[in-house]
Amino acid sequence: MKTLDGYRKRVLVCGGTGCTSSGSKKIIEALEKEVQKHGLEKEIEIVKTGCFGLCALGPIMIVYPEGAFYSMVKEENIPEIVSEHLANGRVVTRLLYEETVGEDKILPLQETQFYKKQSRIALRNCGVIAPENIEEYIGTQGYEALRKVLTEMTPDDVIQTILDSGLRGRGGAGFPTGLKWKFASGNRGNVQKYVCCNADEGDPGAFMDRSILEGDPHVVLEAMAIAGYAIGASQGYIYVRAEYPIAIERLEIAIKQAREYGMLGKDIFGTGFDFDIDLRLGAGAFVCGEETALMTSIEGNRGEPRPRPPFPAVKGLFESPTILNNVETWANIPLIILNGPEWFAGMGTEKSKGTKVFALGGKIHNTGLVEVPMGTTLREIVEEIGGGIPNGKKFKAAQTGGPSGGCIPAEHFDVPIDYDNLMAIGSMMGSGGLIVMDESTCMVDIAKFFLEFTVDESCGKCTPCRVGTRRMLEILDKITKGQATMEDLDKLEELCYHLKENSLCALGQTAPNPIISTLRYFKDEYIAHIVDKKCPAGVCKDLLQYKINADKCKGCTLCARTCPNGAIIGSVKEVHMIDQSKCVKCGACMEKCRFGAIYKE
Amino acid sequence: MCSKKGSVPFNGTKEQEEALLKVIAELKSEKGALMPIMQKAQDIYGYLPIEVQTIISNETGIPLEKIYGVATFYAQFNLNPKGRHRISVCLGTACYVKGSGDIYNYLMEKLGIVGGECTPDGKFSLDACRCVGACGLAPVMMVNDDVYGRLTVDDIDGILAKYE
Repeated sequence: MKTLDGYRKRVLVCGGTGCTSSGSKKIIEALEKEVQKHGLEKEIEIVKTGCFGLCALGPIMIVYPEGAFYSMVKEENIPEIVSEHLANGRVVTRLLYEETVGEDKILPLQETQFYKKQSRIALRNCGVIAPENIEEYIGTQGYEALRKVLTEMTPDDVIQTILDSGLRGRGGAGFPTGLKWKFASGNRGNVQKYVCCNADEGDPGAFMDRSILEGDPHVVLEAMAIAGYAIGASQGYIYVRAEYPIAIERLEIAIKQAREYGMLGKDIFGTGFDFDIDLRLGAGAFVCGEETALMTSIEGNRGEPRPRPPFPAVKGLFESPTILNNVETWANIPLIILNGPEWFAGMGTEKSKGTKVFALGGKIHNTGLVEVPMGTTLREIVEEIGGGIPNGKKFKAAQTGGPSGGCIPAEHFDVPIDYDNLMAIGSMMGSGGLIVMDESTCMVDIAKFFLEFTVDESCGKCTPCRVGTRRMLEILDKITKGQATMEDLDKLEELCYHLKENSLCALGQTAPNPIISTLRYFKDEYIAHIVDKKCPAGVCKDLLQYKINADKCKGCTLCARTCPNGAIIGSVKEVHMIDQSKCVKCGACMEKCRFGAIYKE
Repeated sequence: MCSKKGSVPFNGTKEQEEALLKVIAELKSEKGALMPIMQKAQDIYGYLPIEVQTIISNETGIPLEKIYGVATFYAQFNLNPKGRHRISVCLGTACYVKGSGDIYNYLMEKLGIVGGECTPDGKFSLDACRCVGACGLAPVMMVNDDVYGRLTVDDIDGILAKYE
C-alpha cells in the first residue's frame, strides 16, 4: 500500500461516475469541513480516486493504514466517522461493509468475496491513486516503461515484446495487438503516422474504459507514447465519448501535467523522441466505435465506416498509417514492458492471455467492475464474485458483447471464458459488458431491445444493415405482440445470415447476433410467443392478462379505485373482475393489492 | 411543441456570436477541426440552428451541407432547443433489465410528450440515452447534470417537483 507521506491517515473516496452519482462529491465536501473543524488538516489526507469497482455499494470510502472500508456512506455519517475514527482512532464498525468486519479485526478488502478471485492489472491503479496528480502515478512505477523503451529497447524489440505477450485487443474482436503494430511499423521516420485510442465506449452496460480513464488516465498516455515509439508516430488522438465528462476532465488534466513533466511533447527523456496527444470528443454515434468510422469522425466528417482493405495500419487517419487500440488494451502495455512478456503470457488460457475486465450488471448483487484472468468461468464470476442473483431468482442467461454479442445460458455456466470459447458458444467477448438475467427476463424482448438499438445506431450507409435491421425488428415486434407465424421465424433467421454476410462493417455484421444466440438457446420461448401466444417470462404486455384470484380477493375495492381506465368491476365485499377489453395492462392494480390476489399470465 | 422545426425563432446575442468567432479563429487551422468547433458552438448557444451553422460555414469555408450532414449524423447535436430542464432516462442494457423502460413510459405519460420532445411551456425535455456508465445504480435517469439512481416509478413525481 502507499506510504502516508507524513500524514497520519489517508482517506480514499471514490470519485468515479457511479459513486459521484450516488453522492461522493458531497461526502468529500463534508469530510473536508469536519476535518477542518477538528483541526486535523495536517494529519488527514483526503484523496479523490477513480473507481474501486464495487459500484453497488457506493459511495465508497477507505481509511488507511487500517484499510477500513466504509460502504454506502451518507453525508450525515461523516461527523461521526471523523470524530470517532479519524480523530480518536475508534473505527465505526457499524458503518463498515459487513464482509470486512471480522470478530476482532478488520479484514482487508482483498479478502472479500468480490475481490478475492480478481487479479487487477488493467485496473491496478483505479481506486488506489489520485488520478489528478501525476506524481501519484509516477510513484507506482508510472512512466518507467516509457523510459525503458526509449533508453533500452529498439522499436522492433518493443513490437516483439507485445507480440510475445499474446495480448489481444480488448475492444471486442480480439486481434493480436503486436501484429497490428507490426503492420504499421514499416518506413519509420519517413511518413506521418498516428496512434489512436478508442475511448468511444458505446456498448451499453460496459464502463471499464471510463473507469480506467477516470481512475488512471496516465497509463493510457504512457502506453500510446510507447506505441508511438514502436511504429514511428509523433501524434496521438484519444477519441472519447462526450457523455463521459469526468473522464474528459481528468484526461485534460493528465495531458497538461504530462507535458509539464516532459512525458509528452518534444525530446522526451532527452532521447530526441517527440510525441504529443490531443483529445477528440465523440458526439453520440455508436458506429464510431468501428475503427474506420472513428477515424472518419476524427477527420471531422459523418462517422461512416468504409470498406477494408486498405486497413488503417496502411491507410488510416488523414490517409496515413494508423494504429487504434482500445483503452483497456492500452492499460496493459506498460506492465508488459516492465514485467516482461512471459509474465503476461503466464496468465489466462492457451489463446487468450492476461486478464479481462467485465462490467457486471443486471440482476446481480455486486454490480460493478471485476478483472479476472482469462479462463475464469461464468459460475465463478456470477456466483462467487458477483454474489449471485437477488431475491432468490434463478439464473437464466448472461449477455456479453452488448448489441454485437449473444447470451450464455445456464448450460454453459462452467465454460472457461476466453475469446475463442465465447465465439464457439455463439457469443463474443465484446468490450466486456456482462449483464445477468434471471427467469423474469424475456429473451425475445431482449433480442428486440438490442435490435431497437442497432436500428437507431445504423449509420445508413449500406443497405443490408439500414433496411435489414429494421425488417428484423418488425418481425420481432410482431412476435412479441403475438401476431407472428412460424414462417416469420424462418424469414427472421434467413435475414440474420444475409446481414452477417453482406453488411459493410462490424455493426451490421454482428447486429443479428442477439437474435441468433437467443434462437439457438431459447427457441422454445419464441415458439411460445408465436404458437401459444404466451410470454413465459411475463414481460411482453400484449400477451399478458391480468386476472383476479377469486379465493384471495376480499372485495376491498382498492384495485377498482386505482385502475386508470375503469377496467375493474365489483362492489364492496364482492369478488372483483377485470374487463380484459378495457385493461391497458399497466399493472397498477397488482402493485396496490394488499392480498396478492391479482396475478398475470 | 418545440420539437417542430422552426417553431422557435433564433435569437442569438452579439456576445454569443463574438464567442463563436473567437473559437473558430482558434481552432480552424487544426486538422479535423469541424467537430470541436460545432461542439463549442453548441456549448455557447445550447443548440445548433441553421443560423449558427451558417456562421461556421462562412468562417471556415466548409460547405453548409457538410456541416448540416455532420450535425444530423450525431445524436449529441441538437437542431432544436432543449427544455430548461433536460431529463434523460438511461435505456442501456443494465438499466433496461432493471425496469428503466417503465420509468421512461411513465415520464412520457406524465409530461404528455414523447422522447425527443419538449413540453409546450419549455420546462422539461425528455430523451432516452444509452448508458451514462452508472450501471451499479440501475435504473438511472439524469435531470440536467444530476443523476438519480435505484429508481422506481413512485420516485418520479417527487423528483420532478424539485425543478421549478
